[in-house]
Amino acid sequence: MSARRWARAVRWYLRELTGEAEYDRFCERHRRHHPLAPVPTPREYETLRARHREEHPQSRCC
Amino acid sequence: MPTSVMPESGLPAPEGPPSARSRMTPQSLLLWTSVALLGAIGWGVLALARGEEISAVWLVLAALGSYAIAYRFYSRFIARRVLKPDDRRATPAERLEDGVDFQPTDRRVLLGHHFAAIAGAGPLVGPVLAAQMGYLPGTLWIVAGVIFAGAVQDMVVLFLSMRRDGKSLGQMARDEIGRAGGAAALIAVFAIMIILLGVLALVVVNALAHSPWGTFSVAMTIPIALFMGFWLHRIRPGRVVETSLIGVALLLLAIVGGSWIQESSLADTFTLSPTTLVFCLIGYGFVASVLPVWMLLAPRDYLSTFMKIGTIALLAVGVVVAAPVLRAESVSDFASSGAGPVFAGALFPFLFITIACGALSGFHALVASGTTPKLIQKESQVRMIGYGAMLMESFVAIMALIAAATLEPGLYYAMNAPAGLLGTTAESASQAVAGLGFTITPDQLTQAAKAVEEQTLIARSGGAPTLAVGMSEIFSGVFGGSAMKAFWYHFAIMFEALFILTTVDAGTRVGRFMLQDMLGNVWKPIGRVNWKPGIWLCSGLVVAAWGYFLYTGATDPLGGINQLFPLFGIANQLLAAIALTVCTTVLVKSGRLRWAWVTGIPLAWVVAVTFTAGWQKIFSDDPRVGFFAQRARYADGIDAGQVLPPAKTLDDMHTVVTNSTVDGVLIALFMLLVTVVIANAAVVCVRAIRSPVPLPTTETPYVESQIDAPEQSAEPLAGARA
Repeated sequence: MSARRWARAVRWYLRELTGEAEYDRFCERHRRHHPLAPVPTPREYETLRARHREEHPQSRCC
Repeated sequence: MPTSVMPESGLPAPEGPPSARSRMTPQSLLLWTSVALLGAIGWGVLALARGEEISAVWLVLAALGSYAIAYRFYSRFIARRVLKPDDRRATPAERLEDGVDFQPTDRRVLLGHHFAAIAGAGPLVGPVLAAQMGYLPGTLWIVAGVIFAGAVQDMVVLFLSMRRDGKSLGQMARDEIGRAGGAAALIAVFAIMIILLGVLALVVVNALAHSPWGTFSVAMTIPIALFMGFWLHRIRPGRVVETSLIGVALLLLAIVGGSWIQESSLADTFTLSPTTLVFCLIGYGFVASVLPVWMLLAPRDYLSTFMKIGTIALLAVGVVVAAPVLRAESVSDFASSGAGPVFAGALFPFLFITIACGALSGFHALVASGTTPKLIQKESQVRMIGYGAMLMESFVAIMALIAAATLEPGLYYAMNAPAGLLGTTAESASQAVAGLGFTITPDQLTQAAKAVEEQTLIARSGGAPTLAVGMSEIFSGVFGGSAMKAFWYHFAIMFEALFILTTVDAGTRVGRFMLQDMLGNVWKPIGRVNWKPGIWLCSGLVVAAWGYFLYTGATDPLGGINQLFPLFGIANQLLAAIALTVCTTVLVKSGRLRWAWVTGIPLAWVVAVTFTAGWQKIFSDDPRVGFFAQRARYADGIDAGQVLPPAKTLDDMHTVVTNSTVDGVLIALFMLLVTVVIANAAVVCVRAIRSPVPLPTTETPYVESQIDAPEQSAEPLAGARA
């Protein structure tokens, strides 16, 4: 596997792991379910995501 | 629906019915025989090497070989025979997909998520303390425990929760066992979490006390996280990877900056006593848990994840490349005498209590029954995610044990025995260590502190400083030489403190929700998650509760870690007992009595361990072990007007009496709660066995999956094949 492919794999993994890629999926989903409504901007999505995290605390282990 | 932007080459093939199994090919037979041989060589060297120093590589080999065999054979057995995951059945992630909570997630990504959620400071601290009994007993339990208990628990809980739309452990206990068992489980989970947070915070306090470098660099994580929060939320929304990389760079700078601070006039500002640090942490814990998550918790969580994976990988490379020599004894005298200074009590049960998380952690059951089951794409992946992630955690514990065992035993005891025993000077510590049967000269002790640029290493209990010294030895052997030792020491301290602060913040929030939920039954408004006074009150109560244990730990004349760590271990293992009880009950109820031993044997073991430990902590006549014997000894001393060392004043004597009473009562309470859960479960199991028809379980009905399950992926990083 070439270096570029490795770099792409690492980038893909990090984006997935940190949840950065969630926005892309969110947009795709939004267009599917609400084709006429404008897609939220990354900023608006961040706010939604923060609100959700606020109400769903996830325990970190010992 | 595929979730990755990168095309996948494949998902693991469905496990399939047992009849479809093929015989092993000659290649795979050869491969697994070699793996077994390598593991056996590792164990052989460990077992036969006596009276000479051996390389840590053998330990790594033994562990990895055993993990590979266990994963390939035992976890597959559990999947095929006991759980029978069915990849034609839609997972909750598929059925209930909402793009938020439920979302089919690539298994490799989910493994990373799950590992980041379960791995913390526990497996780093426990094995370091357990090194008091030598490296061999600890290694044996970390490896055997994870294979037969810890990883099994995580995998089965994950599977059961997945089959119940991601229900929590508490809900499953109520649904499958009954109301009494469910309520007892809920209270136990809450109480156990409080102890856990208090003890983990104590580890941070002991690591940072009188260390301006450490205190500065850990304090800097707060502005760094705030900066990251604003960057991520306001300036570059959603750029998590970029923000985390900036954060890691700033973090490294903060570690370097700590050495400048130590040399500067600001050093005094950052030289804090344990008590001051306790109040800083309590205040910080409260503020952090009521601030919006995006400001502090979320960014620190990203930092913590990056550091966790990065440092653990680095440590694995360091151990293999530096191949340090194990200087600790394989089995020390303290294993049989039970008179060790780090924690009191004999090998059975206290070694198992002390190692806790690295082999079996009840806390994982909360993670495995929370977010992870809602993200699984295919049922058969519970094996890789549940069993696999726990094997990784166990490997972290092995590395922590190696780091501790590479230290000179004299230094190890000078760092880990209670302050009351060691005194405050290098001379007194040297004498005390000699009294324990080990040698370290006052000069060597001063030199060791100087090498990592700390004022002192005497009585730096709690595991973190010991691990940091061990890690600095290993890292400096590979990267940077002895000039970098101080940097690596503080890097390790920062890395542990970062984990713990994230755990404390997240744990306080989870505790607050649980408390709001419980109190909401009594008075409605307090249960509302958006009502600010309710949030503040409940956060305050949770912080006050763990803050109490933190304060008593930091001021305990007998040494907080020595007193509280067994409480932490017992609490954690009792939680595992609850989780394994739920698993066993469901297996029996669903007509799998024949396989109930898979979780039943670890359950019997953990009950034997925790109840023996709890019994001894309550009823032992030895004041070093039994809390009430200790209480009686000091209470008699007060009556006679005597001050018994290591207490220095009558106030100290009263402190000991109060603390040992609280600790003893708490252990009794935990045991009572777990007894209720187990007794209730036993009734349900008997009823299930006698019933001619299977008792109803709460498994959600079968729905056919619409997601394809392509062929088994051959490459580990198949995502790269774009």
